[in-house]
Amino acid sequence: MLDSLPRPATAESALRCRGLIKRYGDVVAVDGLDLDVRAGECFGLLGPNGAGKTTTIEILEGLNHPDGGEVTVLGRSWKRGEERALRERLGIQLQETRLHEKLSVEETVRLFRSFYRRGPEPAEVLRRVQLEEKRTAWVGKLSGGQKQRLSVACALVNDPEVLFLDEPTTGLDPQSRRQLWDLVDDFKRRGGTVLLTTHYMEEAEQLCDRVAIMDHGKVIALGTPGELIASLGADHVVDFSVDGSLDLEAVKRLPGVVEARQEPRSIALTVREPHVTIPALLAELGRQRAPLASLTTHHATLEDVFVSLTGRTLRDE
Amino acid sequence: MSDSRGVSRSALGQLSLTRMLAFLREPEAIFWVFAFPILLALALGIAFRNQGPSRSTVVIATGAGDSALRQALGRSPDLSVSVLPPQDADAALRRGKAQVLVRPGDPPTLIYDPSRPETRLAELTVRDALERAAGREDRLELRSDTRMRPGSRYIDFLIPGLIGLNLLGTGMWGVGFPIANARQLKLLKRLVATPMRRSDYLLSLMVARLVWLALEVVAIVAFGWLVFGVAMRGSWPGFVAVALIGGFAFSALGLLVACRARTIEAVSGLMNVVMMPMWLMSGSFFSADRFPAFVQPFIRALPLTAANDAFRALMNEGATFAQVIPQLGILLAWCVVSFALALFWFRWE
Repeated sequence: MLDSLPRPATAESALRCRGLIKRYGDVVAVDGLDLDVRAGECFGLLGPNGAGKTTTIEILEGLNHPDGGEVTVLGRSWKRGEERALRERLGIQLQETRLHEKLSVEETVRLFRSFYRRGPEPAEVLRRVQLEEKRTAWVGKLSGGQKQRLSVACALVNDPEVLFLDEPTTGLDPQSRRQLWDLVDDFKRRGGTVLLTTHYMEEAEQLCDRVAIMDHGKVIALGTPGELIASLGADHVVDFSVDGSLDLEAVKRLPGVVEARQEPRSIALTVREPHVTIPALLAELGRQRAPLASLTTHHATLEDVFVSLTGRTLRDE
Repeated sequence: MSDSRGVSRSALGQLSLTRMLAFLREPEAIFWVFAFPILLALALGIAFRNQGPSRSTVVIATGAGDSALRQALGRSPDLSVSVLPPQDADAALRRGKAQVLVRPGDPPTLIYDPSRPETRLAELTVRDALERAAGREDRLELRSDTRMRPGSRYIDFLIPGLIGLNLLGTGMWGVGFPIANARQLKLLKRLVATPMRRSDYLLSLMVARLVWLALEVVAIVAFGWLVFGVAMRGSWPGFVAVALIGGFAFSALGLLVACRARTIEAVSGLMNVVMMPMWLMSGSFFSADRFPAFVQPFIRALPLTAANDAFRALMNEGATFAQVIPQLGILLAWCVVSFALALFWFRWE
């Protein structure tokens, strides 16, 4: 049921790694990772901080060197001599780059444009990221969302075939996040391949055709967001808590319950049909004389997938 | 979608242009480049100005015969004489207000510190005046010519040294700081993620320096000429060549110093280590000849010594282009070797 093995490499694999290993001292950041990103898809690396996402993406970008394993990008490897030719075809946005604050938006884009042989005019790039009005503004005067769009603009100046985005929306407000998602969608519609890392599951669900969930330097699940959620066996989650103690075994036997987990302050039930399970749950609590303290339900998300695989939440690292 | 043509498409052109713009948009940087050397020249120029023929100060303690002494000493144009009660006269000598104290008597007593040139001079002048008053005659009719020779004042010595010093300072800081800054902001890493040629980046820092260079050299030369009348007596092309190659040499040295340091603090420390010996030994404020002979080969090989010597030869001694070629050679060697090592060792992450 869980598609946790890498899919066979296809001819049109845009990015590919096999048995990737990276150690920092005693810490194994990436632990034998296999990955295939197909041309034209948006692929997400999802996981908590420290899962090895950034290390992986930087190895693929040729900015970090693996201790073991193989990497191919657009059918080529990061060899000396081929590096510049390969970089002409990639667009890279790093996690924490701060562009020069005293240059204008347009000056910054023109600078990055000058590094590439081919690509659209700076004005066209600014139009795509909706920063035309900020053309003459200094980078230091931009909002967080505008800075991030500029950072993506710098990655788009060469009309890249592959776009790498490392935590592109971390720290942005919901509206800025949505604007950035539109950018990525636009790039995808033009036929580009995207590899992005994120620890926001709704971002992965929104943008990605396929997602690899990473933990401790390994891929622990791989598939489309729908497949991964379906792997839970049910797509609703009922969260409840009671005053006093509870016999969890009895709850697990209730109709429609696929899984029951004790969480720090509540119990999470993965259920197929809430309208069947909830009345039965209320009846069972009445029988056990455990008064209900809270009850919420939601559609299952990738977060629930992560929790069900690791027993931890994405954010409590 | 055309191929690279012109400045707007040339990476070196764009890197240099943005570096220059970024610099011109830092008001503090402008202050350090312009105002600082000019204020320094002004302060030193005033402190060490030639005050014309100076007079020695002599004080006579009151006592029998003080008026005769006063008359005798008063005839010398090189002495300023006053008569004070013995206690005050002692105090004047102690505080350095008078160089010689004359105590009346038969013969009078001269009290002075023999270890200092100015007190020795005052004592000799007093002795000469008293001898003349006592009837000594001069046997030789010596002629003297006391006109100032141009180019021999301290300010004439100082201005070329300040140009050299400023080239060193702004060259190293102007290159080292942006590098450390870009490394700290991870901007270097972002640039390396593009097909940018790494040598273009390093070269652009040096090219952008041409703006500083032109502005600061013109500012100091114009200031020295307008305020202190320090003139250029030698070859202008030679001067431009020394400024240009000197500027490149110091910024290449800045590249080398900043090529591995991870933080601004580390760069600052290293800069000082490299610059200090040159500040002291390369003859910016006083002649490098004062150092012992065995360190002279080392001092002569320093880029700042070469720049200072060349600027002085050109400005004060009217040297030709050909005469500064040895110094140009030293500067060029520093430039090429530092750049090559910096490119080789540079830490891009």
